[in-house]
Amino acid sequence: MNEKIFIRQTHDPRRQKQVIFLSCFVASLFFLLLTRLWYLQVVKTQDFQSKSESNRLRLVPVAASRGTIFDRNGTVLVSNRPSFSVAVIPQEVKDRDALLDQLSAYLGIDRTELLEKWEKGKGRARYYPIVLASGITRDQLELLEEKRLWLPGLDVEVKPVRQYEVGVLASHLLGYIGEISDDELKSEGYAGYNSGDYVGKSGIERSWERLLHGKNGGRQIEVDARGRILRTISENSPVVGSSLVLTIDAELQKRTEQSFGEQAGAAVAIDVNTGEILAFSSNPDFDPALFAGRMPPDKWKEYLEDKRHPLENKALKGQYPPGSTFKIITALAGLEEGLINERTTVVCRGSYTLGGSKFGCWQRKGHGAVNLKRALKESCDVYFYQLGEKLGIDKIAAYSRALALGAPMGVGLDNEKGGLIPTSEWKEKRHKKKWLQGDTLPASIGQGYVLMTPIQLASMIASVATDGVVYRPHLIKRIIDQDGRVIQEFKPEILARSGIGTRSFRLVKEGLSAVVNEGGGTGGMARLYEVHVAGKTGTSQVVKLRDRKGGIPYQYRDHALFVGFAPYDKPEVAVAVVIEHGEHGGSAAAPIAGRILRAYFEGKGTIRRPVRQGAAADTGGESEQEPAATEQSGGEPQGQEEQ
Amino acid sequence: MIDRRLFTNFDWTLLVLVLLISAIGVVNIYSASASYTLAGAPYYLKQFYWIVASLILVVLACSIDYHLFEDVAYWFYGILCVVLIVVLLMGKTSMGATRWLHLGFFSIQPSEPMKVVMIMTLARFLSRYPAVDGLTLRDLVYPFLFVGGPAVLIMKQPDLGTAIVVILIACSMIAYVGVRISALVTCLAATVPVVYLGWHFFLRDYQKNRVLNFLNPERDPLGTGYHIIQSKIAVGSGGLFGKGYMQGTQTQLRFLPEQHTDFAFSVFGEEWGFIGCLTLLVLYISLILWGLHIAGRCNDRFGSLMAVGVTAMLFWHTIINIGMVIGVFPVVGVPLPLFSYGGTSMITSMIGVGILLNISMRRFMF
Repeated sequence: MNEKIFIRQTHDPRRQKQVIFLSCFVASLFFLLLTRLWYLQVVKTQDFQSKSESNRLRLVPVAASRGTIFDRNGTVLVSNRPSFSVAVIPQEVKDRDALLDQLSAYLGIDRTELLEKWEKGKGRARYYPIVLASGITRDQLELLEEKRLWLPGLDVEVKPVRQYEVGVLASHLLGYIGEISDDELKSEGYAGYNSGDYVGKSGIERSWERLLHGKNGGRQIEVDARGRILRTISENSPVVGSSLVLTIDAELQKRTEQSFGEQAGAAVAIDVNTGEILAFSSNPDFDPALFAGRMPPDKWKEYLEDKRHPLENKALKGQYPPGSTFKIITALAGLEEGLINERTTVVCRGSYTLGGSKFGCWQRKGHGAVNLKRALKESCDVYFYQLGEKLGIDKIAAYSRALALGAPMGVGLDNEKGGLIPTSEWKEKRHKKKWLQGDTLPASIGQGYVLMTPIQLASMIASVATDGVVYRPHLIKRIIDQDGRVIQEFKPEILARSGIGTRSFRLVKEGLSAVVNEGGGTGGMARLYEVHVAGKTGTSQVVKLRDRKGGIPYQYRDHALFVGFAPYDKPEVAVAVVIEHGEHGGSAAAPIAGRILRAYFEGKGTIRRPVRQGAAADTGGESEQEPAATEQSGGEPQGQEEQ
Repeated sequence: MIDRRLFTNFDWTLLVLVLLISAIGVVNIYSASASYTLAGAPYYLKQFYWIVASLILVVLACSIDYHLFEDVAYWFYGILCVVLIVVLLMGKTSMGATRWLHLGFFSIQPSEPMKVVMIMTLARFLSRYPAVDGLTLRDLVYPFLFVGGPAVLIMKQPDLGTAIVVILIACSMIAYVGVRISALVTCLAATVPVVYLGWHFFLRDYQKNRVLNFLNPERDPLGTGYHIIQSKIAVGSGGLFGKGYMQGTQTQLRFLPEQHTDFAFSVFGEEWGFIGCLTLLVLYISLILWGLHIAGRCNDRFGSLMAVGVTAMLFWHTIINIGMVIGVFPVVGVPLPLFSYGGTSMITSMIGVGILLNISMRRFMF
């Protein structure tokens, strides 16, 4: 204790000297500040006073052009065109009410709507323009330019807006842009944006907003008392946004969308050897151009009331029970686990009974004795009920995950859904109930809890085509700058290697070939005579209906699915089609898949395009790999039913 | 056992100076925020509440014997370092910077108390060095580590202004103890690579831009350069006597950025002119010289060093803020102590004032 006090009380003779030294330092720095203040406020004050009086320097934002979006072949999908908008500079406005009245009359926009925009723009510097109306017509523009002298504070701005070069195409994928919302303005992700800015609201436009947007520039201008521009003092040019090259093929995309007709649903086509998505369609679509300006209210109402939900991105966010297409996974699991081989037969009597419950096959009469190939070809449910029972749900789930199912695949769009691959643990956690064998049976034929998105369906069948190599399905091929220089290239990325043996894949693929190409197969309508197609149909229940006779209301009808790939020997392309409430995979989805595959091979030149409507498909030359199946099929296996 | 001498020795000069500056600050904020349309209590009223709240802290800070700080300094220091790391890992990001830590019911910005705790820590450490001939390079190793760690953490948040202030406080305290010429030369030589590394690895792009824009305002006349230009116009157009209270056109037309916080002084300069600025600066000079006076007459090394540290904190904030507003320093986002709007800054400054009062009134105790 003594020592401590001793240290504390050590008197330092240098202390006074140091205090004086520091005081001098402090005084000299303050003196420098005062000198500077004297210089600014006394010596130079005239300069600054005149600058302050004429401080009508104004900062005008100059909107950057958004990046262009190309398809894989360099076709422009979305570009820009100039659009005019009306803004006011509050500081310059003499009579707000008069200005609003006149604007309302010239533009035909409700006065309260203009006032609302004005109020929203408050709280910023008063020299900053507030955009009141965008997308005005040339006539309106001329009228305003004429009256401008009598409307101080009015400002007309030019902004680039989106131009859809190929019309309404891939609208869910591309998305639309619109004025930034209040919530977006406040959020972290949009730091640096201003009200009135246009931002991507959905699809690629939203997910790649930061890249496409570019950087707004600014102009410092000097204006006179009436707000007219006297001169531009300095300018920061806006930086054009980066452009995106998609993996989509515009022609194939167009044919895919056309093949749907009026039906609702989704289709995804994938290059099996890279994971590049060649077509990505959700039907019905919408017109993205309508969202940029003032959407006609009746059109909006029409979109909202359509029971086919045109605004929904079904390919990305639609989660459907995969139905019988899921039998592919159950079959692979069974083969790998050694529970079945190509000779294993099961006798189907139209239903299977487990613990007192009866699980029906779609074929009420029963299929008789079926082996794996026939079970796939005719989509026998009983075969897979028995296999599923032996496997158990967790084995089925493990093989699904080996093919990267059950989670979003990371295609390059926000809010991608991940589907659902149930496990016993999942059910206990989610529903607080034990998993029952009675749950496994529907799951093994893709019903019950199992859910997949069209992207996952396409990826699943593509992985079968590549014998288990799962490439990440992706939509962006490369990012380029405005001069076409590559900023970033997206190479094929292997998401998973399933570890499933090639023998299992070969056996399943033989079954899938039979589905399309052999008599009695459920997917005959996807058959191409020029190229060997393999695939699987599926029909997934929306609701359980006891009585299936008569007219079932649209929203309760089953979904129709088809997944397939081609050519069989050297796979190039995989396709998944979901027709919402299309009822039967074989009759509703398979023909569409066939049309998409035909379009793909026509685009490649493998199949010659018909010269005129109704001309029979080319019979000669290129059909060397014509499958033997044709001879067997006397008639089209139309109307094949399954569950 | 409260000694009667504590009351008789109470430092009224210091308190009056502080209250005068704060009062002018509130009056100025009233004008600066007059053009704002806001929901909730106006800024000047909130600032008043902050002053009242922090005066309670002043009373607390000067009622404890400051030698207690000597015992707890290292503990505080350790805890705050941990908190700084936690903030960096999981703090809430506000305007691109991670400075706040949310503790459920309230949020703290640990870089602010770090200034005060750094002063205590260094004071304790340096008070144990007899160092008659000044500190050698070896003596400086620990202080360097004490300061360097938190400074890097704060800079990473990124809060360049606070990091610079922390470093300057430490330099001031070391200068007060005295450094040998050889050590000084080595340190100055070492700053070159440190600045180089800092520029390339620690500064964010926006911070680099600020420094570059300061060196050449024409580089970005629309961004931060624009703020400096507008602030200079505001102060310069004030002239000798100013445009009059609430009459500043730059202020009322909102050409100034952050005019109630970091740029509060340019509002004052525009409306009160050189005479006003001179008056305010005289108040600040008096406050700081008085702080040094307290350090000089304190009888023990720890108290003396702490008084120098607190004074340095107030001094550097003042110099950097005013320098930034009139275009002699880059815009680094440092508030003017006791004057700019802001609760955190007010509390830190007032705790510092409390410590000064504490040291001042116990000058005869040892």
